[in-house]
Amino acid sequence: MIKNTQGMIYGINGPVIRVRGNNRLKMLEMVLVGDEKLIGEVIRVDRDEAIVQVYESTAGLKPGEPVISTGKPLSVMLGPGIIGNIFDGIQRPLVKIREKSGEFIRRGMSVTQLELDRKWPVKMLVKAGDRVEPGTKIAEVQETEVVKHFVLVPPDIRGEVIDVAKDGEYTLCQPILKIQCGPSEKEVTMVQEWPVRKPRPYRSRLELNKPLVTGQRVIDTLFPIAKGGAAAIPGGFGTGKTMTQHQLAKWSNADIIVYVGCGERGNEITEVLEDFPKLIDPRNNQSLMKRTVLIANTSNMPVAAREASIYTGITLAEFYRDMGYDVAVMADSTSRWAEALREISGRLEEMPAEEGFPAYLPSRLSEFYERAGMVENLNDTKGSISIIGAVSPQGGDFSEPVTQNTKRFIRCFWALDKQLAYTRHYPAINWASSYSEYFEDCQDWYREKTDGTFSTKRAELLRILQEESKLLEIVKLIGSDILPDEQKLVLEIAKVIRLGFLQQNAYHENDTYVPVMKQLKMMETILELYAGAKRLVQRSIPVSVIRKTGILDEVIRMKYTLDNEHLSGFDRLVDKIHETLDQIGRDYQVRERKGLE
Amino acid sequence: MSVEYIGLKEISGPLVILEGVKDASSEEMVEIQVEGEKRLGRIIEIRGGLCVVQVFEGTDGLSLTNTRTRLTGRPLEIPLSLEILGRTLNGIGQPIDGFGGIFPERRRDVNGHAINPVARRYPRNYIQTGISSIDGLTTLIRGQKLPIFSGSGIPHNQLAVQIVRQAKISGEENQNFAVVFAAMGVKHDVAEFFKTSFRRSGVLDRVLMFLNLANDPVVERIVTPRAALTAAEYLAFEHHMHVLVILTDMTSYAEALREISSSKGEIPSRKGYPGYLYSDLASIYERAGMLDDREGSITQIPILTMPNDDITHPVPDLTGYITEGQVVLERTLSQKGIYPPVSVLPSLSRLMKDGIGEGYTREDHPQVANQLFSSYARVQEVRALASVIGEDELSDLDKQYMEFGQSFESEFLQQSIDEERDIEHTLDLGWMLLGLLPREELDRVSDDILNKYYHDNDSEGGGLQSWT
Repeated sequence: MIKNTQGMIYGINGPVIRVRGNNRLKMLEMVLVGDEKLIGEVIRVDRDEAIVQVYESTAGLKPGEPVISTGKPLSVMLGPGIIGNIFDGIQRPLVKIREKSGEFIRRGMSVTQLELDRKWPVKMLVKAGDRVEPGTKIAEVQETEVVKHFVLVPPDIRGEVIDVAKDGEYTLCQPILKIQCGPSEKEVTMVQEWPVRKPRPYRSRLELNKPLVTGQRVIDTLFPIAKGGAAAIPGGFGTGKTMTQHQLAKWSNADIIVYVGCGERGNEITEVLEDFPKLIDPRNNQSLMKRTVLIANTSNMPVAAREASIYTGITLAEFYRDMGYDVAVMADSTSRWAEALREISGRLEEMPAEEGFPAYLPSRLSEFYERAGMVENLNDTKGSISIIGAVSPQGGDFSEPVTQNTKRFIRCFWALDKQLAYTRHYPAINWASSYSEYFEDCQDWYREKTDGTFSTKRAELLRILQEESKLLEIVKLIGSDILPDEQKLVLEIAKVIRLGFLQQNAYHENDTYVPVMKQLKMMETILELYAGAKRLVQRSIPVSVIRKTGILDEVIRMKYTLDNEHLSGFDRLVDKIHETLDQIGRDYQVRERKGLE
Repeated sequence: MSVEYIGLKEISGPLVILEGVKDASSEEMVEIQVEGEKRLGRIIEIRGGLCVVQVFEGTDGLSLTNTRTRLTGRPLEIPLSLEILGRTLNGIGQPIDGFGGIFPERRRDVNGHAINPVARRYPRNYIQTGISSIDGLTTLIRGQKLPIFSGSGIPHNQLAVQIVRQAKISGEENQNFAVVFAAMGVKHDVAEFFKTSFRRSGVLDRVLMFLNLANDPVVERIVTPRAALTAAEYLAFEHHMHVLVILTDMTSYAEALREISSSKGEIPSRKGYPGYLYSDLASIYERAGMLDDREGSITQIPILTMPNDDITHPVPDLTGYITEGQVVLERTLSQKGIYPPVSVLPSLSRLMKDGIGEGYTREDHPQVANQLFSSYARVQEVRALASVIGEDELSDLDKQYMEFGQSFESEFLQQSIDEERDIEHTLDLGWMLLGLLPREELDRVSDDILNKYYHDNDSEGGGLQSWT
């Protein structure tokens, strides 16, 4: 095999270059382009020409400059040091890039993905004579205060351990294990490489039956996503996609969060970088950054690297899944990734399908979303990857190709609504057009964790909301005054649900994360109020009387006033509801009697 | 180095193709001599010895034989020094004000580089514009990119000028600011309007103007915002100034991009715009912001006219996805005589959440803003209902909303072009309006804040009067 054979640049068109003089280039092989050795990837091979997409600006490149083949596909480096870090789309640490090139990102920066000379405290888990298989945990490293990193046997090595390093501090390149692998001996270090476009192996897929608890009421209660599931958040600009993604990254009960900022704003990444280290994870009292890895390829960074960033993110996620963790991947936004595909495809002069997107858009989307799942790993542990992809449809129109194709590969759809956002109802998840098929899958979990009434209450809540939207159609035409009181009550209760339950304040200490038990109690309280008020209305007591007592407002405010953990406040509130309503009933009885007299 | 290539292979719109070129590099500048006149061009695609060049001054008068082309070996750069303040340049940074060339302290590539996200500082300082609808509801933050979505015939230029004139950061000296103004495809009199307004408010010597007017070459228009932002980056990050960049009109810019894309024969996506419109716009808008290790900031106010007032048109749509909010102007408000005609509901400032409230503006600001949005949204529903059943048939509460809506537009939105309201005034005005509604309706405000600020208007005998 000939390595490092050279070709040369023949043509340049934006991020796409044509290479001649080397017909050994392989599809999806990584190459180093030009004198500055820019990183590129082969995306088409012809008889006498190969086409390479370059992950950096190509300005100033000249025909005739060398293109060096590396013989291996675009890969990420997997090992301790990933968590808490921030990388660009091809896993170059941005902090290192800054040290080298200053505040602005210059090109041709060769920085290693992980710190090779940093020493990590290693505790070995195997001894000489043990038999190891691909994926076997051979050592553990405390990567951050929260994450215990397991060193795994790479997927192509199996055999008997013949030598083990002592527990102690090692760098990433130092071998810690020697394995008799067939006729040859192989040394294993803490780091391995893996091509980003190839899913990492696992033993089998498991069924999804646990929700990813996010602390967001409209999600956990109405449209939950299962651990190992895939969800999409489509929404026009200003509807709060990124905000929702941030909330999920902060509060969901995954062990590891991979946040991919794909073609979005620089300031949003900065916000995460400023906020997350300060935010404390309620489950372990450590900073949220200690379980988070950021991939940032902002909209003004090179477009080809944007295309790769999604794969980089999911590959890192799979690596931690293999250790037995529940990982959640936030991809913000998959539309920018699809546009990067379109841009490259356009420069290759491929035949476009819908709206200029290439015909292979659906297959690329499905490949990506199918990397989600709950699996049994090669080392018998269970791990999961949940994918939450934001979609930015053009003009907020959900019929465009990216939204429509995404819908086919996800089972949970949180449709963000412009009208809700206009009234500053956040999260602006429209309850009428969103859905989740995972609620059914997770029924058992809800039954076990709560008192078994969760799904009936949820159904009742949805029914009231649905009735409201039906009634609002009428109100739009004739006004609400004409409605009978029973229907007016539905409107009032629906309002309580909307303001008191669905709307959630991300900036309120008490409201930004709400445990599922409190969500249940809140539902219970609202339904209790509804039932009580309904009895009064049936005795033809007008809704306005109930409204005047202020009890509705008090229920709306329970999200702020009542504690998240100590739920006894709810009993008092329910008592108060009964008292208030009973009082109205008694007053009315008295008045009725007086009227009779 | 100074090899001259005689003649061209092909001319197509603003593009020419050179043949047999050696040693050309991507994005390099070329000089084209045609009958004694010198034009500039930029190489945009290379395939072997063929180079596609876009010509900034246009291709009129060029033939396949009458040109001599020379490679310069450098990308497009503009000369920069502190003396550029007060100057007027064309779209590619050459002086057109008759005061001679610029003696450069340095030259910079107009394409710039992306700011490393880890080197950014998150913007938090709010800029008081003295305009209630902006300060109160879509607060501008230093280092933000906040576009104005407008339509032709709506006074967006006046609004931009008013922002420039009144913008100040509370408690800071206003010595260290500069304005970079880039006109792309605007009419001559619009450019003149800006110039006159800057002169009148006495800031002209702190303004740098880049003018590419409606009849100037299209290719130059592609470079104009980049040249302007390169100058802004120089002023902000090397001389630590607070730079306000006004880019108008981004729709003309996008159309120029489409024109060139189609003459290159590229595959179009929506409405004929090239598939990379998003990335291209982002490479402009993302050049706003602040760095964490130095003073100086770039705040962008791009102005764009929505074709047919359609906010889903690709240009406003993609802009909205990149910028940190938008101020939307509305024709019906403008026709009612309301200035500035800010359409409150679709307007948004994404950064305001971290730059308002206690310690920044006033503790009640976030909640008041939230409540005004929500109540005004309700007004729209009531109005829709009133148009069906008639205003008389509305319930009392709905009538109160109608009154609130009316006053909101005439008292809060409406202000004159030279009227400056400080933030206290704006917020108090907000409370006056909320006083028109019963307290139970104010569901976005906490009890503490209500107790402190809410006054029922009836009990004060029509409190609004004092503000009119």
